[in-house]
Amino acid sequence: MSQNAKLQNTLQTTKPKNSFNVTLYLLIIPVLLWLVLLIVLPHLDLLVSSFEIENDDGEMVFSLANYIAFFKEEIYWLTFVKTAAYAIGVTALAFIITFPVAFYLTKVISKKNAAFFILLLLIPLWVGELVTVYGWMVLLGDHGIINHFLMAIGIVDEPINMLYTDFSMIIGLLYMSMLFMVVPVMSTLESLDDSLIEAASDLGASKWTIFRTIIIPYSMPGIVSGAIIVFMLVIGDYLAPNILGGKSSLWFTEQIYNKFLTTFNWNEGAAFGFLLLMLSSGIIWLALKFSGQKLDRVGS
Amino acid sequence: MIRSLPNTTAYTITYRIYVGLFFLFLVIPLIAISVLAFNDSNYIALPWNGFTLDWFFSATDEREGLFADSNLLESINTSLTTALIVATMSTVIGTIAALLFEEEQFRLKGLLYFLALTPLVIPGVILGISILLSSTYAGNLIEKNFGVDIELFRPSYWLVIFGQFSFGATYVMLLVAARLKKFDRSLEEAALSLKATRVQAIWYITIPFLRPAIIGAFIVAFLLSFSNINTTIFLVGSDPTLPIDLYSRIRFSSTPVLNAISFLIVLIITLFALVNFFIKRKSDD
Repeated sequence: MSQNAKLQNTLQTTKPKNSFNVTLYLLIIPVLLWLVLLIVLPHLDLLVSSFEIENDDGEMVFSLANYIAFFKEEIYWLTFVKTAAYAIGVTALAFIITFPVAFYLTKVISKKNAAFFILLLLIPLWVGELVTVYGWMVLLGDHGIINHFLMAIGIVDEPINMLYTDFSMIIGLLYMSMLFMVVPVMSTLESLDDSLIEAASDLGASKWTIFRTIIIPYSMPGIVSGAIIVFMLVIGDYLAPNILGGKSSLWFTEQIYNKFLTTFNWNEGAAFGFLLLMLSSGIIWLALKFSGQKLDRVGS
Repeated sequence: MIRSLPNTTAYTITYRIYVGLFFLFLVIPLIAISVLAFNDSNYIALPWNGFTLDWFFSATDEREGLFADSNLLESINTSLTTALIVATMSTVIGTIAALLFEEEQFRLKGLLYFLALTPLVIPGVILGISILLSSTYAGNLIEKNFGVDIELFRPSYWLVIFGQFSFGATYVMLLVAARLKKFDRSLEEAALSLKATRVQAIWYITIPFLRPAIIGAFIVAFLLSFSNINTTIFLVGSDPTLPIDLYSRIRFSSTPVLNAISFLIVLIITLFALVNFFIKRKSDD
């Protein structure tokens, strides 16, 4: 390895200093086009549009009106706060529900058996959110499968109202996001050496102590990665709140959608979009800061 | 607690039941729609009225099956071609980005790398509206100055492609970069010392090494595009992709043909996953 590094150094130092590095330019130009045209400029445009309104002459002028509208209308900021709070809640739930499963698949059963279950985990992920949300709609409806089943075995006489409530919305959000918690947590747990747990157990540590002092701290990087992805997916989700949520379970993305595609107030929509972006990046930034983790770790 | 440690029976059984319930939760919506796709009924839910293939093949006015529904077939076609183009573009640019960030040194590298990662944490809805805003702005500017209306800048087929590509490339980049980290640089250096140009070395040495990751990344980008709705919904023009078409049907006119198409998607994904599983197991043995 050090020999490679040395070789590379000599290669680099022997290059003429002002050589026009063709490869670098060949590589960097398409990447720059991608990032500038599709990431940087659009988001700058989002920011600029959010500070503009159309005046009486039909010209765009600078204004804070879009943001003032957000704070003035209770329904807007209440939805915003509710979305943030629910997203944090769903992220916590996703962790609590999936951690035992991730642990089971990596540490309890054999690798060969686990492979089949991991396959099962990936199928809903690749089937896509729309189909699975639709599946829950079919299951949870008043004439849905679950109510049908409950009435058939005589537990209830009338259908329980589950669809179009916060309950069904949370089920949908959880279902579509929780697998993104399992995958990173499993990959950190896989590298946890079993002998650490065995040693603690030999020395008389209880399961809870082992869990609290060895397993959780060790898998923290995976938990943080998973939590960031889950949070981001939930806060930006549109389908589950829209299809499974009721009239009262407004989600902030639905407000943005309405501004853009129903009332055509794009500038106010841009302000809402920017607020959502600030909220999600703010919380993700905090998560990274407190865990001391880097952004590229999240993706891997 | 783990494989090598003894447990009480109660603990083991409770744990197994929990994991079992979790997997039941996971597969139950998929099984439900798959079964209902064959229900002889005009409603999407129970009761079970017997087995039928009407929702796939029937072509009557009352029951328009999946393969008789030209709108649905059209949107499947749109989704497939969109996904192919998006996956190709994402794979090319994502691989280039992986090579750039792993192998080259240049100013502002950190900033560019950060920007390339941002689609991971930007909600898809925001990507959608940002691209809609800026493309509309660009379109208006061009129309005002040159008097031409370019379709690309309006919600359209191609705008959807660019919107999906904007985040697809990030996933490809991460998948390819992960493999590139395992690449032995001395292979490339050997080629260079044998008078290959840098581009030749990348093309003949590095890319073949990366091939499994590139193929995997292509499939990931394809599936991301095929199922995307959050970004697409803002950019879609007159030809809806499959998820957009299904979404509007779910909202406004649910018929069991939704179950049929969902079943087909579940079936294809499951078969694909199984094939992948057995190939992998064979290569591990």
